[in-house]
Amino acid sequence: MDVQSQPTQAPPAANKAATAKLALENVSMVFEGNGSSFTALAPVNLDVSANRFISLIGPSGCGKSTIFNIVAGLQPPTTGRILIDGVDVTGMIGQVGYMLQKDLLLPWRTILDNVCLGMEIQGVPIAQARDRAAPLLRQYGLGGFEKMHPSALSGGMRQRAALLRTLLIDMDVVLLDEPFGALDAQTKAQMQEWLLQLFHDFGRTVIFVTHDVEEAVFLSDEIYVMASRPGRVIEHMPVDIPRPRDRSIVSTPRFVAMKKYCLDLLHMSSSPDDSAGLAA
Amino acid sequence: MTLEASSLPARTLTHGAPTHGAATQVQSIRAADRRKSRRLPVRKDWPTLWIVTAQIGFLVVMMAAWEIGAKYKWIDPFFWSKPSAIYETGVLYFNEGSAWIDIAFTFRATLIGFVIGTIAGGVLGLSFWWSRNYARFMQPFIICLESIPKLALAPLIILVFGMGLSSKVAIATALTLVVSTLTAYSGVQAVDRDQERLFYSLGASRWQVFTKLVAPFSVPWLISILRVNIGLALTGAIVGEFVASEHGLGRTIVYAGQTYEIALVWVAVAVLSALAMLMYVAVAWLERALRRGIPT
Repeated sequence: MDVQSQPTQAPPAANKAATAKLALENVSMVFEGNGSSFTALAPVNLDVSANRFISLIGPSGCGKSTIFNIVAGLQPPTTGRILIDGVDVTGMIGQVGYMLQKDLLLPWRTILDNVCLGMEIQGVPIAQARDRAAPLLRQYGLGGFEKMHPSALSGGMRQRAALLRTLLIDMDVVLLDEPFGALDAQTKAQMQEWLLQLFHDFGRTVIFVTHDVEEAVFLSDEIYVMASRPGRVIEHMPVDIPRPRDRSIVSTPRFVAMKKYCLDLLHMSSSPDDSAGLAA
Repeated sequence: MTLEASSLPARTLTHGAPTHGAATQVQSIRAADRRKSRRLPVRKDWPTLWIVTAQIGFLVVMMAAWEIGAKYKWIDPFFWSKPSAIYETGVLYFNEGSAWIDIAFTFRATLIGFVIGTIAGGVLGLSFWWSRNYARFMQPFIICLESIPKLALAPLIILVFGMGLSSKVAIATALTLVVSTLTAYSGVQAVDRDQERLFYSLGASRWQVFTKLVAPFSVPWLISILRVNIGLALTGAIVGEFVASEHGLGRTIVYAGQTYEIALVWVAVAVLSALAMLMYVAVAWLERALRRGIPT
């Protein structure tokens, strides 16, 4: 029980807590259904400072996607509120960038117009949106694909376009829900480095969900480990490896130790004796 | 190893001796089969010219058989007419008769019904996206409308809309409307929920989701129904003319049948087929042109 509340009561950057970029205050999600209720997410507190790269890892059903839906305003939480720059944005849409494992590019639009979609929805005139997007496409490895349709591109290229679409809407907080989950190992490694480059250039606050512990350690400044039944945060681990990070760090003892620590936590939390949480 | 050894005798025990004998027999047959060699069947395509020649030849033979059969009274020329008489009637129908008026009448009724039915049906089907309650309310009525044999309503529609063009347009519209509605609604329902969520996460309004996602997504579904609809619209127009009309190919067919001008029936049917084919080709072309604008 202690483990559950410990990380949330001791935020990593206590001095910054008041000015946290993104804060979740006692956010929980309970589904009521004919007599029984299911706790998808026990009350969670998170404070994320600006320009940090945060990863959430955990088994399926630990509430990662629920957190994302709540932060993106697609689902009202049962309790708690979401603050961005101290402003309550609970239940508001269009406040954060959100990207899923599926690229969700519109097949009838060109890559350029797909990347412009977010800006277009936010009311930027299409010509202006194109002017902003075109140089970025060239800069971030999509040059020459502008006029093509998504069906002509590989999975990795499509994810790049999807991520640029997310970044171009000028939201400080970006949620990435397993964006590389469907890619092969080699493409994934390329995309991770590409993402770090973008993270460095754009200076956003990123919340990243993944199943891949190595990916989480390689990319993140901080990792939140979650457990299921009920979905909750069981550990908060800072990753104090200096940036820029080279691929070779994955074999350093420190990296391996962090990875092992996370894996042990995940393993522990999914052991069969951990069945508490199904509220009556 | 041990597992295999223990399970094998158990199997033979349960199945008994006959199985054992049958198994060896099957094995020997298989061995014999394997020795038989078989090549991949080769399919030879005839040159297109051969095919076309054969097709034309077949038609000529059929026509000749018809003509000769009628001449020697093997078949009754009063009921069946004959190609030479049909040709003469056709020339007369186009030169002195009402051929062009009839074609224009039927064509117009079909085209107007097709356009109204397809567009109105598309709009109706898309409108179901706006409200789940509205869609649920409308569902039984749409199903009901679909199951009614709409052609059976033709006499009623003629009474309401009169003998003129509008009643034919109404029947053609009724036939195409329901199909378009259901197709557009299927398109709406097939919109990826995650795609919708993405739009909303970007802060989209309902109208933006509709115009930028739901409508463009459903358009290919509507395009795919165009070829079916043109045929349905033509059927509607013809049936309307059957019931009561002053012009049209359908009216000509009924009139000729009632006055035992069998040759004219054949002429009108042939013209109708040509019209149907032309419209089908035109719509197929339109479909291709539209698809080029919307890559899937």
